[in-house]
Amino acid sequence: MMLQALALTLRLAVAVSLILLLISLPLAYWLAFSRWKGKFLAEAMVSLPIVLPPTVLGFYVLVALGPQSPMGRWYQSLTGHGLAFTFTGLVIGSVIYSLPFSVQPMTAAFASVDHTLLDASAILGASRWRTFWRIILPLSFPGVMTGFVLSFAHTLGEFGVVLMIGGNIPGATQTVSILIYDQVQALNYRVANETALLLLVLCLVLLTLLYALRRHDGRSQWTWP
Amino acid sequence: MAVSETPAAISQSALSVRVVKRAADGDETPFELHAEFEAAPGTTVLFGASGAGKTTILDSIAGLQTPDDGSILISDAALFDFAAGVNLPPNRRHIGYLLQTLALFPHMSVEQNVRYGLANVDPAEQERRVGEILESFRIAPLARRRPGEISGGERQRVALARTLVTRPLALLLDEPLTALDAATKARIIEDLRAWNQQFRIPILYVTHDRDEVFALGERMIVLENGRIIAQGLPHDVLHRPELESVAQLAGFENVFDCYVIERHPEQGTMSCRITGSPVELEVPLTRITGRNSLRVGMRAGDIMVAIAPPQGLSARNVIAGEVASLERRDAMVVAHVDCGAIFEVDLTPGAVQSLSLSVGSRVWLVIKTYSCRILQ
Repeated sequence: MMLQALALTLRLAVAVSLILLLISLPLAYWLAFSRWKGKFLAEAMVSLPIVLPPTVLGFYVLVALGPQSPMGRWYQSLTGHGLAFTFTGLVIGSVIYSLPFSVQPMTAAFASVDHTLLDASAILGASRWRTFWRIILPLSFPGVMTGFVLSFAHTLGEFGVVLMIGGNIPGATQTVSILIYDQVQALNYRVANETALLLLVLCLVLLTLLYALRRHDGRSQWTWP
Repeated sequence: MAVSETPAAISQSALSVRVVKRAADGDETPFELHAEFEAAPGTTVLFGASGAGKTTILDSIAGLQTPDDGSILISDAALFDFAAGVNLPPNRRHIGYLLQTLALFPHMSVEQNVRYGLANVDPAEQERRVGEILESFRIAPLARRRPGEISGGERQRVALARTLVTRPLALLLDEPLTALDAATKARIIEDLRAWNQQFRIPILYVTHDRDEVFALGERMIVLENGRIIAQGLPHDVLHRPELESVAQLAGFENVFDCYVIERHPEQGTMSCRITGSPVELEVPLTRITGRNSLRVGMRAGDIMVAIAPPQGLSARNVIAGEVASLERRDAMVVAHVDCGAIFEVDLTPGAVQSLSLSVGSRVWLVIKTYSCRILQ
């Protein structure tokens, strides 16, 4: 049961952090470089999951995914079943919940790239696309990695959103943190402790790796391939 | 420098610039930039105090800033034309622009930096051009190093090579040599001059430095508060300064407000006093009559220093004073001498030593009448 929950949690974290990487790169680029005056609105939206209680977020995602909403209906007509209480629903909720943890480090990294380098790149004939891949991304690679690892670790440990959207279905939506809660409710403290310890160690190892890979002088050893 | 062929199209290009840029709210420059000029192939120096609009002009040509009106043409092709709605993005202008910060890519080797602008050139040609320019700028041994691992002068040459290897239609240089010592500067000026003789394209060169103007400039344009106030041959513009701003920039470290006390038409001079001080100067007689206030400029290098009252001199101005400060700058010493008005004087370190000058020393300044220029 524990291994099943662990496997599901890892699958969720991998899926969520990869999807977030794809979403966050363009979003962070836009947040870092757009001159649109209403940008602060988008920034507030992206940061919302940090302050919002997970249950509130989970509740609205649940409603949005449910059969009463256009999106839920559209998904139902496509696949024949609803999104709520499925792994896919879980992924969608987790992506929204971990979005700021992925986007914010990347935005900060992109914005801190020396602007004259971007000017120089354009003057040397490079398109924005080429400038992004050759200049911006390599120079903000540590920030991108931080966003990736943080979204992974954050998804590993989330609880409220997962519970609201996924419920507690072993093999489908029961993640490690839900399992712990379940075991405590059942007064099964030994299993709860083992599971909790496993999650604690896993998160600690991840964060240790993240910080160990940064040198003391602030430069990262992650360099562009 | 290694020789390579010059495409005919490049050698005939001239840069025609008309830039109007209104000050925006919160801008550092509170004036409207309104400049119009032609830059033929060869070096044109843009001269002016900081904030005069020089960098705005270069940025507009490169496409980093968008003017509010005007047009920028190169060989009659529009890079920017407000009326026609043309505004090419910087990456399609093919202008070489050496930014003041150099902006070398820190994560790339010297060679990768130089190769960066050649993405659309076929690999064999890339190889040839990069090899050739690394060789001619004497940076081939540094090819694998990163910008952080080489000296300031080397970085300058890398940045210049990276810009020139793309064979731009025009070259913009924004105070490219300010941070360098005199010897390195001279070598790079030599490189640039050789390159300029080979590829005749319009080069706009922004500087404050007189020596660079004379070493490189075939023509010069003087900007003040967003307007062109003088242009012509560097020698003409800098040596007959009728314009005070040019004079100050041209090395008139001393500029004084004076009023005329007496005119001596028979001697070709007039006596005037520096406003707010007891100091009197003999200056050349001007034709302008009826005006009693004027400004007088003199170069720090044109003032002599004596440690005893000098006699039997042709120079009409001998002014007593006291050394207020001595400051070593590069290969010379700048002295400020308080004579009631503060004079700036250039001295060699040897002169300071042999006269045993120190702060508080009693000195006499000697200034020829014709070293005092009347500014209007």
